Amino acid sequence: MATTYEPIATYTVSGGSTSTITFSSISGSYTDLVLVCSGNSNSGTDYPRIRVGNGSASATGYSNTQVYGTGTTATSYRETSQTGFIFATYPATSARVTTIFNIMNYSNTTTYKTVLMRDNNSAGNVTAAVMLWQSTSAINYIELFLTNNFVAGSTFTLYGIKAA
Amino acid sequence: MANTYELIEAQTLSTSASSVTFSSIPQTYTDIRIFISARGTGPYTNTNLKMQVGNGTVSTSGYSEKMVYTSNGTTAASYGQSAQAQSDLQYFPLATSTANTFSNNDIYIPNYTGSTAKSFSIDSASEYNAPAAVLAMDAGLSSNTSAINIITFTPNAGNFAQYSTFYLYGIKNS
Repeated sequence: MATTYEPIATYTVSGGSTSTITFSSISGSYTDLVLVCSGNSNSGTDYPRIRVGNGSASATGYSNTQVYGTGTTATSYRETSQTGFIFATYPATSARVTTIFNIMNYSNTTTYKTVLMRDNNSAGNVTAAVMLWQSTSAINYIELFLTNNFVAGSTFTLYGIKAA
Repeated sequence: MANTYELIEAQTLSTSASSVTFSSIPQTYTDIRIFISARGTGPYTNTNLKMQVGNGTVSTSGYSEKMVYTSNGTTAASYGQSAQAQSDLQYFPLATSTANTFSNNDIYIPNYTGSTAKSFSIDSASEYNAPAAVLAMDAGLSSNTSAINIITFTPNAGNFAQYSTFYLYGIKNS
């Protein structure tokens, strides 16, 4: 059987001086992408963002709609005309925050790109979101970044899924 | 390239069972993922599907979670809990639910062999074609810092019904 689920690249943060994780030159040979993040901040509460692009990370054209639960209330909201997407709150505790992105049909050059996300922080919120990048360019670049740094041991893995 | 998304074990219940356990889980993967299609035989309206993880034996303490869910098709709600004996996945079909309906549960546990607390993602849906169907998203945490090599699923009441299925997959990042 053909292999249809392949790791493209993985990063494990060592030390405490990494504020940006970049997946560049992403092959366009897959159908969809899955990005699995297990991370946290090494210095206080922080808000990791994701940007995508072609050749570099785009800082325009993002919108998103979210539903999230705080443990007491469920809320939905949306944002438009963003410079990226804040996908989690990193509380700088020892526990990692698990975030999974599904990036469908990422290499086509005719449609805007839709990304589904599930973020899991049992000490914060549980969130489901859809992010839109308003560009018809193929995605071959993904950037994750913090204001501070990722805690050592944070892992980020990009998988490619083939339809055939 | 090597196949990096592999079935570790599948369990299909030929008769009802009080629990389902994956033990001696290989430590050679990066993440594990579990798909469940289950139904309970319990008579209660609050039957929950529970998960416990551990090393050698399952931990019976240190679970916390946040959930956002809808169970009425009209409004969404959220609850959280901590210091639990297990992770509560969600309500799932019972003896009194629409016949032949089973749950859909997708559990993703990254870095299951790591030495930090285990954070996991759970998506669950039980559609009955009737009221009380549940769609839930759950952020779970086990404070267990040991590598996970055993996982047990248990209904809050009654048994898992015949034909319930449990699939454990391993995912490698290289």
